[in-house]
Amino acid sequence: MPRLDTDTNTTAQMDTLRAAIAAHDGSGPEGAEIGVVRPAGPADAVGGVPARIVAAPGSTAQAAALLRAAAGLGLSVVFAGGGSRSDWGNPPRTLDLVVQTRRLTGVVEHAAGDLIVVVRAGTPLAELQSALAPAGQQLGLDDPVGGATVGGTVAVNGSGPRRMLYGTVRDLLIGVTLVRADGVVAHAGGKVVKNVAGYDLGKLVTGAYGTLGLVTECVFRLHPVPAARSYVRCRVTAAGADGVARVGRLLRTVLGAQLVPAALEVEAPPEGGYDVVLLLEGTPAGVAGRAEVAARLLGADALPGTAAPPWWGRYPWQPGDTGLKLTGVLSGVPDLLAAGRAAADRHGVPVGVRGSAGTGVLYAGLPAAADPDRVARIVEELRGATAEAGGHAVVLTAPDPVRDRVDLWGPVEGLELMRRVKHRFDPDARLAPGRFVGAI
Amino acid sequence: MPTAVIERLAGELRGALGDEQVIDDRARLRTYECDGLAQYRVVPALVVLPRTAQECARVVRACVAARVPFVARGSGTGLSGGALPHPDGVLIVTSRLRTIREVLPADERAVVEPGVINLAVTRAATPYGYYYAPDPSSQQICSIGGNVAENSGGAHCLKYGFTTNHVLGLQIVTPDGDLVRLGGAAPDSPGYDLVGAFVGSEGTLGIATEVTVRLVRLPESVRTLLAAFATTDAAGAATSAIIAAGVVPAAVEMMDALAIEAAEAAVRCGYPAGAGAVLIVELDGPAAEVEAQFAEVERLCRANAAFEIRIAADDAERALFWKGRKSAFAAVGRISPDYIVQDGVIPRTALPEVLRRIGELAAERGIRVANVFHAGDGNLHPLVLFDDAIDGQAERAEELSGAILDLCVGYGGSITGEHGVGMDKAKYLPRMYTDDDLDTMQLLRCAFDPRSLANPGKIFPTPRLCGEVPGRHKGAHPLQEAGLAEVF
Repeated sequence: MPRLDTDTNTTAQMDTLRAAIAAHDGSGPEGAEIGVVRPAGPADAVGGVPARIVAAPGSTAQAAALLRAAAGLGLSVVFAGGGSRSDWGNPPRTLDLVVQTRRLTGVVEHAAGDLIVVVRAGTPLAELQSALAPAGQQLGLDDPVGGATVGGTVAVNGSGPRRMLYGTVRDLLIGVTLVRADGVVAHAGGKVVKNVAGYDLGKLVTGAYGTLGLVTECVFRLHPVPAARSYVRCRVTAAGADGVARVGRLLRTVLGAQLVPAALEVEAPPEGGYDVVLLLEGTPAGVAGRAEVAARLLGADALPGTAAPPWWGRYPWQPGDTGLKLTGVLSGVPDLLAAGRAAADRHGVPVGVRGSAGTGVLYAGLPAAADPDRVARIVEELRGATAEAGGHAVVLTAPDPVRDRVDLWGPVEGLELMRRVKHRFDPDARLAPGRFVGAI
Repeated sequence: MPTAVIERLAGELRGALGDEQVIDDRARLRTYECDGLAQYRVVPALVVLPRTAQECARVVRACVAARVPFVARGSGTGLSGGALPHPDGVLIVTSRLRTIREVLPADERAVVEPGVINLAVTRAATPYGYYYAPDPSSQQICSIGGNVAENSGGAHCLKYGFTTNHVLGLQIVTPDGDLVRLGGAAPDSPGYDLVGAFVGSEGTLGIATEVTVRLVRLPESVRTLLAAFATTDAAGAATSAIIAAGVVPAAVEMMDALAIEAAEAAVRCGYPAGAGAVLIVELDGPAAEVEAQFAEVERLCRANAAFEIRIAADDAERALFWKGRKSAFAAVGRISPDYIVQDGVIPRTALPEVLRRIGELAAERGIRVANVFHAGDGNLHPLVLFDDAIDGQAERAEELSGAILDLCVGYGGSITGEHGVGMDKAKYLPRMYTDDDLDTMQLLRCAFDPRSLANPGKIFPTPRLCGEVPGRHKGAHPLQEAGLAEVF
């Protein structure tokens, strides 16, 4: 009766994990809150792989105790934040325990005068922004899906349009608290923006998909909320090579001008045509002046306004679709747009491309219903185009039949060193096994 | 290290690289005995000057085979002894790797070799309307490879960030002697951000042999003012008011009375007489934006009791404002026979308190301290003045210098904002981090350098063998126990 054995085993393991957490919440072995450790249900599956146990530690100390106990039991572990991008990456090879950050929430310290915030990793990004807003401050990170947590954003290195001005997680994360696979708690960085003491482990865990440890607390540098914003929008209707060439000219014009945009986005929907949209942020007088210059430079079609277009800051795909991240040098952006259109035409699959033309980070979406063989061929073609442009094509999410046909991550430089880093941090490969590059 | 091993290595590398690339005579080795921190001196066993990345890798492989430690050195301007040679090791000098391979304004990128001088990148990009933003004070002589190792900052990093924010890709020689590419020409390369891990690792994770940097558009407008205040408190309050108003200046620099005195003696910068502190505030960006904010900055300086404000009318006047500031370290030589340049960071809002405490600590020890700092980001450079000829002064100055670091850590700051840990501050690192923190950093080091041959003895106070099992938690950090600081 293997099934009964498994259940007995799971119950015993849950008791062990519960006791570990309870030892750190002051309530004694029996007192841990109901649901802090519970059996996993169908909704807790990660990438289609069912879990056995779900635990939600309420502090770094509890998380440390939990992971130490999980290490003792040899459990494979996946960390879960808001779940908004849990479909990203490969499914875990094995999964025993899902560690949720839903109880690791709240702002620990907001030093407005120093423009920094200390925040627990499970805090939703939107909640953090609301907490900072009364002081006229913001964390310069966008939330393209909605519902992302701070920790999840760090784990997948999430970014949006305003990365052009504010940078990405790696530029804003100045301190981190990490619980390792063996339950040891480590800090790196600190609460000051300028700091070169010790290795920058914050950068190492950024975009690591939870394969090196659980981030429980982050320190970010903040920026003032700008007093004024303006979107300057230019529509390009010309098709084919003419359209792409015109987009290329617009992008070069904006980048070569003195506009210092907060974002420079391009939208290339499957129906055709292009939108080039510039976001300006600053003082009311400064933004008005720059918007006027921008409208003049972009030509007669340009329209300044205060509202973002409806697609702004969203990935060009729906749940269940195939979603890719396409990167390249700035001069290669028109080529990536052209490659997207060409692949769509060649394979008869609608491809929508949008993203940060000002930094060379675009996203492409292909419908869930599209033939997986064609999608796989499109991925290969886009991979070729990004390689030409000095970048990469990474499949962030895809339906299973597509996953079966493509390597989500594609070629990776420095993979051998990455494997060695992983092996040092997680020698038994229990953290998010197989989810990351090179089956890390 | 037995001499025979070094002799064999020297012979091997001469054969592989040529006689001119290998230095082993004692007199010439001596010229490499220190970097910018001259109080530590160690003559290396061998100096090698590779001309290509492949030669650099060849040297490292030879070191690995002979189990000889190696230390990389760029221009040798570092201020923490990061490039201090190992007595039994090879010093690998990257100054002959100095080709600017590509300047690509349309991609806002340049690809350079590590020996290229920081300012040379800007000079190569300026004709296209671009520049390389990180600008350490030594930018006329320091190398990009050294900047990468130290994650160098500069006066303008308040707005533009540090070296780490401007490096997209690297080719490195790993401590195994392999040539590996990390990152790339485009952002967000898949996999771990090993570029982020490598930048600032002070030569302990390998040697950069090619660096892809970001170029930044030259600003349309640059406005600079010099404001004089009666006290550092008033200048600090003005800085806080500027930041609170939502302005992000390109730079906010402060000097106190003693630092001004030294600068006047050295370069006659003509700062306002009788100032207890001066602020240099620089804004840059689109003209429309800068004009609006500059007026606000001027108003805030006046509101916080600036008794004189000068506005640079042109580049020449701006250069004069900066001349006093940029010469400050060397200038204190005019008012003191010896000095220690300290580099600590505090939360900017703690500035008045910390300056008062530094004043008290200095007075208790009968030592003078001149203060120069990047006020915008709380990076202090106290210059601890002493006379080595007076018995006990050097020791007291050294002790004061350490006490200032304790003060910074106690306020939740850092023991180094831009000079690095190197040899000089390795012993202070445990004041910021727990044993577990340091053990975790060692995991990264061991992944790259399992034999501990790359710049051993730097950054970490007690080198650990990579086979060793990381230590278990040993209770609260001493600072937490003392109630001095939260280890956040």
